[in-house]
Amino acid sequence: MLKIENLTAEIDGKQILKGITLEVPAGEVHAIMGPNGSGKSTLSYVLSGREGYEITGGSVTFNGIDLLAMEPEERAAAGVFLAFQYPVELPGVGNANFLRTALNAIRRARGEAEVDAMQFLKLSRAKIKALQMSEDMLKRNVNVGFSGGEKKRNEVLQMALLEPKLAILDETDSGLDIDALKIVADGVNAMRGPAFSALVITHYQRLLDHITPDRVHVLMGGRIVKTGGPELALELEAEGYAKVAA
Amino acid sequence: MPAVAETIETVQSAQEGGYKFGFETKIEMEFAPKGLNEDIVRFISAKKGEPEWLLEWRLKAYAMWLKMEEPDWAAVSYPKFDYQDAYYYAAPKNRVAPKSLDEVDPELLRTYEKLGIPLREQERLQGIAVDAVFDSVSVATSYKERLGKEGIIFCSISEAVHTHPELVKQYLGSVVPQGDNYFACLNSAVFTDGSFVYIPKGVRCPMELSTYFRINAQNTGQFERTLIIAEAGSHVSYLEGCTAPQRDENQMHAAVVELVAMDDATIKYSTVQNWYPGDAEGKGGIYNFVTKRGACRGARSKISWTQVETGSAITWKYPSCILQGDDSVGEFYSVAITNNRQQADTGTKMWHIGKNTRSTIVSKGISAGHGQNTYRGLVKISPKATGARNFTQCDSLLIGDQCGAHTVPYIENRCATAKVEHEATTSRIAEDQLFYCRARGLNQEEAVGLIVNGFCREVLKELPMEFAVEAQKLLAISLEGSVG
Repeated sequence: MLKIENLTAEIDGKQILKGITLEVPAGEVHAIMGPNGSGKSTLSYVLSGREGYEITGGSVTFNGIDLLAMEPEERAAAGVFLAFQYPVELPGVGNANFLRTALNAIRRARGEAEVDAMQFLKLSRAKIKALQMSEDMLKRNVNVGFSGGEKKRNEVLQMALLEPKLAILDETDSGLDIDALKIVADGVNAMRGPAFSALVITHYQRLLDHITPDRVHVLMGGRIVKTGGPELALELEAEGYAKVAA
Repeated sequence: MPAVAETIETVQSAQEGGYKFGFETKIEMEFAPKGLNEDIVRFISAKKGEPEWLLEWRLKAYAMWLKMEEPDWAAVSYPKFDYQDAYYYAAPKNRVAPKSLDEVDPELLRTYEKLGIPLREQERLQGIAVDAVFDSVSVATSYKERLGKEGIIFCSISEAVHTHPELVKQYLGSVVPQGDNYFACLNSAVFTDGSFVYIPKGVRCPMELSTYFRINAQNTGQFERTLIIAEAGSHVSYLEGCTAPQRDENQMHAAVVELVAMDDATIKYSTVQNWYPGDAEGKGGIYNFVTKRGACRGARSKISWTQVETGSAITWKYPSCILQGDDSVGEFYSVAITNNRQQADTGTKMWHIGKNTRSTIVSKGISAGHGQNTYRGLVKISPKATGARNFTQCDSLLIGDQCGAHTVPYIENRCATAKVEHEATTSRIAEDQLFYCRARGLNQEEAVGLIVNGFCREVLKELPMEFAVEAQKLLAISLEGSVG
């Protein structure tokens, strides 16, 4: 599904990604672990098309299509979803309105019929119930006045509604208490299936207690230095990055 | 291209194609000779078959105007308008005042349909009574009979001069006197038409009343005059919309609106102003110098102004409330957008005279391109206005780095028990907000539209439903130019 080959990227002339090669087949969940400053967030932004990052080499294909040539919204329509490490506040924009606008933009791009307000309400209520969240979430302005945990839950709600093929979770676990962590993990696990892949980017092992990855990659200094099964995460937790990567 | 740079570019390139109402209706027109002098004032008055007192009133205004100087305190700059190089009267030819829509020139009806104001449909379906003003004259007023049953008068002001002279004589100039300011004075001398509304005691107007202004003819000024009187315990909601063709030269629009609210009466006045703003280089566009003022004469009366200002090359406009009645309420909700070379100096005056009077001001200014946007407001509290309260909130949103936002609040408080609050913010559409929206599948324009509408939400929710939808679309169009 996602194929990254020898990807290099820089920001403000400073090279951050120094040749990443990685493949996430359909139906698999891969974890990327790494210390601060290793390039984890850069990778997630490059994959989702944020401006300010210059791709200096390599390629990324998504189901065989050149992902890097696409605008962020085209990537979203193609089925790529980024759960933000720091979800952004949109004052005055109702969450329900935002979610429906996003859903319809994506449906339109895919040539599907748009959902009206009533259909959306039904759909969003079902998702909220499944995620054990409060309906209150829909009435508030996008992320405005949300606690850290609420913001992350809102990201998971968006993911559930937009039903991506590939979800990139950028340190979604940071700042979450154990209950919120479980809700986020349950949200991801509920989507697992042969047509869904995920790239779970995290600093710590604890999210991986709840989302068992198929593969774990260790990112250090802009390169994947080691790849293994779920046990690699435990090893990292016990031994630290420096030793495992050595 | 990076997203933000692209937005800025898109916004900057908003060219002529962005203005959808720039067509001209080919219709035979009758003009007064070009220029302005006492004979023109007499000509207009004679054309309208006005009584002697009104001609005298106009001539008095004209004499005052000659002695006045054009004000220059607003933060707008523009080449001086040549008052002798304009037509002060332009009317569709061969016109006998239509009794119903059936008598209106079909070409005119088509013009309003193009503008999205299908007068017939509006009459049949939407339950909104419309008065359409084309250049200098009112061409059609719908729903008259239905309103007449309630004792409501809704007609052109020219008609009211003949059918209800006592009301016009009593109230015309009672809120905005002839010599109030340069533009209002000019209007008093040469006003050609406008709407007249009278709501009798205790009547709640059963539908929205609406006037649609259209400047069509070349080199023509539009000087309309609107007068709304709400007797004790009555209620009315009034909507005003405006467009003009695209022209290279500037056109003058100097309207006067007077509102009078008696005890317990409520007047809600909403404007969506979309005059031609000029092209990307600032060529052409309407000079919009408007005096709007409401008098809350009665106790517990309320006047609420809501405006969405997206058009005009220059906007000079301060809808105000004189809060004379005890416990009366004044409100001003405003969204003003300036893009390309547009300049807006707009705000309000809240003059607290009665006890426990309250006013609320919410102003949202959006600047893009080289646009300059100034909020100018005065909150004046007289010594007798004990317990008066004002809350003012001014928010500015900047798009790009070549536009400007300015806030000029004046507070004159002569009453120790009054309470005045002022809040102001300035922000930009952040790159992370745009990226967040785009990562969720919204394109650049949808993202800007969503964020801007969110920014304006407090004002937009004050608009009547069908206007709010139009306003939201207009905001997006005004900002994106090439979109729509």
